[in-house]
Formats: sequence, C-alpha cells, structure tokens
Amino acid sequence: MAKTRCLDPVVLNLWHPLGALVELPVDTVVDTVLLEERLSLAVGLGREVAVWRSCPDFVAGDKIDVASVSKSLPAKVAFGYLWASLGSPPDELFPIPEYEETDRRRLNAATFGVNVSAPRAIENFLDMGHFPYVHTDILGVEPHTEVKEYDVDISVERDEILATRCRFFQPLASSASETGAEVEYIFRVPHPYCSVLYKSSPVNDARYDVIAVFMQPLSQESVRAHMMLCILDEDNEDKVIKRFQQTIFGQDKPILENQFPKRLPLDPRAETPIRADKSAIAYRRWLSQKDVRYGVIPASY
Amino acid sequence: MIKLYDYELSGNCYKLRLLMSILGVDYKTVPVDFYPGREHKSEWFLKLNPLGQLPVVDDDGLVLRDAQAILVYLAAKYDAAGTWYPRDNPELLGEISQWLAFADGITSTASAARLHDALFYDFDINTARAGAHRLFRILDEHLWFGERQERQWICSAKQPTIADIACFPYIMLSEEGGISRQDYPAIRRWCDRIKRINGFIVMSGVFPAGPAKAA
Repeated sequence: MAKTRCLDPVVLNLWHPLGALVELPVDTVVDTVLLEERLSLAVGLGREVAVWRSCPDFVAGDKIDVASVSKSLPAKVAFGYLWASLGSPPDELFPIPEYEETDRRRLNAATFGVNVSAPRAIENFLDMGHFPYVHTDILGVEPHTEVKEYDVDISVERDEILATRCRFFQPLASSASETGAEVEYIFRVPHPYCSVLYKSSPVNDARYDVIAVFMQPLSQESVRAHMMLCILDEDNEDKVIKRFQQTIFGQDKPILENQFPKRLPLDPRAETPIRADKSAIAYRRWLSQKDVRYGVIPASY
Repeated sequence: MIKLYDYELSGNCYKLRLLMSILGVDYKTVPVDFYPGREHKSEWFLKLNPLGQLPVVDDDGLVLRDAQAILVYLAAKYDAAGTWYPRDNPELLGEISQWLAFADGITSTASAARLHDALFYDFDINTARAGAHRLFRILDEHLWFGERQERQWICSAKQPTIADIACFPYIMLSEEGGISRQDYPAIRRWCDRIKRINGFIVMSGVFPAGPAKAA
C-alpha cells in the first residue's frame, strides 16, 4: 500500500463517498481530496468509474476514457454516489434496501464543505435535542423540547448502531408536510462516517422517508457532506425537495463549525452527556471499540 | 404580487426577504436551484438576467436584477415612512450609495470565501479572507466612532437604512468562509441591533438575537 497521511488502518480500509454520480461530467477528469490525499476520478457513460491518485498526466477537465485508467483505487457506485477506498475495503458497502424501491425520489440534496470532523457531524445528525432551537418551526418548536425515552442498540451481527422508538413533534417534517405531527425516527449508523435516518412519511403511514448523510473526510477537521434523499413525495419538484433539506443543513452548519475541540473526544469523561444523548454515547463507544483514530481524540488508557 | 427568484442560502437573496419582511411587503418565491443545479446559468434564467446572478425580482412586469438596486427600488416604492431610503435627503442618499458599493465589496470577499469553503468555488481563499478583514476593519472603526456620537447605524440617520440591510448578511455569514468577527466588537453590537429591528427574519446560518440584557 502506498504511503498515506492518514495512519488509521480502520479508516483507510473503509469505503468513502466522493460525489453524486448525476453531478459528475461524463468521461472527464474531476479532482477531489480524501483523507488529505489528492485524488482524481472519472465516470463513463455506462456508469463505469475510476479513481486514482492525482498525477500530472491527467488534470481536472481533461477528457478521459475510464477504461484506460490502469492504476485505479478500489471504486464502486452505490446509492447514486461514487465511493472509493485508499486501503482494502470490504466487498460490500452497508445496505439501504429502500433505495431499490422504485416509487421513491432519490436525490443528492447537496454536497457541502464543512469545517468539522466527520464524527462530530454524524453525532449532530443523531441528536434530536437541538431541533426546536436550531430548526425552529421546521423540525421542532418550543415548548415541544423534550426528547422522549428511546432505545439504542449496537448490533453485533450487522456491526451498526440502531436507535429506535425516537419520537419528536415537528411543525414541518418534510417538503410534503401540511401540518405539524409527531414524527417517528429510526437512526442507523452503519459506517463510522455515515448515518441513515428513517422518519415517518407524511404521505404514507406505513412507510418511512430515508435521509442519509455520507461524510467524505478531507482531513481530520473538514469534510464534504453528501446528503442523500430517498423519499416519498409525488408533488414537489426536485429543487423544492432539495431546498428543504439545504435549509435544514444550512442551519446546522454554524453549529457544527463552532464545536470545540473539532475532533470528537471518545473519553467518556471528556464531555458530559445527558439522557437524550444515548445514541451519541453508543456512537462514541462503538468508535472506540473499532479503534477509529482519525477525526477523534481517542480515549486514554 | 412581487416574485422573488430566490435561493435559500444566498445572502443577497436574504437581504431582499429581510427588507420585505420589515416593510410588510407580500411576495412570492420562485426557487432557483443555484447549487448544485446551477439553474442561474440555465437558458430560461439568463433570459431574465443575462449576468446569470441571483436575486431577480419581477414586480408586476418590472424585472430588476442586483440585490443593492432592488433594495433601492423596494424601499423607495414600499416604505411609506420613507426612512429606509429617504428620497428627499441628498446627503443621506450619497452616504447610502457609498455603503451599497461597500456591500458589493463584502460580497466579492466574504461571500466569495464562503462559496469557496462550502460550495467548492475555485477562488483564492487567502485573498478573499484578507479582503474581507480589510473591509470589516474599516466598518468596525466607522461603527465604533459612530457609537461615540450616538449613531447606531451605518449612515448618519436616526433610523436604519438599506445600507445596513445591504451589509448585514455576508458579515453575519462570514464565519462560514473562515472569517472570524471576534476582533470587530462594534460590528457585533451593530449586528445585534439589526436583529432587534421589528420584522427581522433569519435565514439558514443566521440566528435570532438572544434575549435583551436587563438594564
């Protein structure tokens, strides 16, 4: 394996998202950064992909035949995004079965640069306590501030965190909402830097909207945050759905960027959690158990 | 009714939403997918504004582009009290125009830095940040000396003007471009005064003022 700036084997061996396929020009070199390494990538007309360490032979904007790339890093397409790895990744990425349901709208709401560590961003995504204060009149409103008791499990078999029975009163839960409603949430963390959220659909009681955040770590303290939507909404234009999600994310951004320290401390004594932070506690413990070191402040032994 | 061609995360669109909220002007929003869709460069939008920039308003057939120009129009037309853009006060109008041009400078520095960090625009980030700090220093001094003379706002009027509205958004969003306001205390106090204007609204990234301090 080539030398890397990131020395965390756990993180090096993960799949990482690099961009939404629909936003990438065909047969054209695009530059990006992953774990402080400069990478180039290209997508062919048949969705074939290649990712390689940037080199002077192909610069951003050059036309390229994807099949001609000889030194490609491991790369694959999943959930509408191009993923790559700097190490030896597992064959499969975590599953999101709902992505295959054909009546859903599947979109990249946006990819935003954020000066935050990937784990801090994931932890914020799991937190319901901030809804009434940061997403006022959308995902929460005073006096409905209580985070009701919910369940959290670390599934050994699936190697992921699952928070269930989460409920929160939301004035405007999605672009398809007409009134406020108590919304049910399920959170999954199937990857140290990715989380998948299920929330009850305002248009179908029996189903959930799926919203995922995939963090592309640029460095230990900065990310490109990719937001995937896989939702039930037959009425709104794509841009209206994206706007809703971007509004939410734009509200989180200054909160994320003002977290200190920027890396997530894994020592249980470093920050004082409250009962509502159960999923965050499980997340930090899970990262410790996996021995993730990049983007965190490991617990001292 | 006024149609505002709008992108939620644009500070230049927000300044129009803000003024219309303060003035109680009804309007309808036409969402434009600025990012990632680049709809402001699409054929239909270029017909509306050949510069390919947001915001644009259409007021009963009158199509106007440029945030600062639209502020002038909205205040001149819809502010019954005539304080936001006092048409009969040449000295003040000169001052306002001077600071509207200053607001364009804030857009090309502080807003550019934010576009670089958040939306991956290919700008020279160090130049953008240094340019913003230079302007913030000038405004901070201006506001600081103003406070000594009991002037609360950017221009020498008792009430705020569109110059305040024009400068506010990209100053308030500057940290998203890595530009701290820590060294500009007079700017921070002025931002809080703006947040307490009747009709003030927020956008993503801008939070309301905290409760006023007890006297």
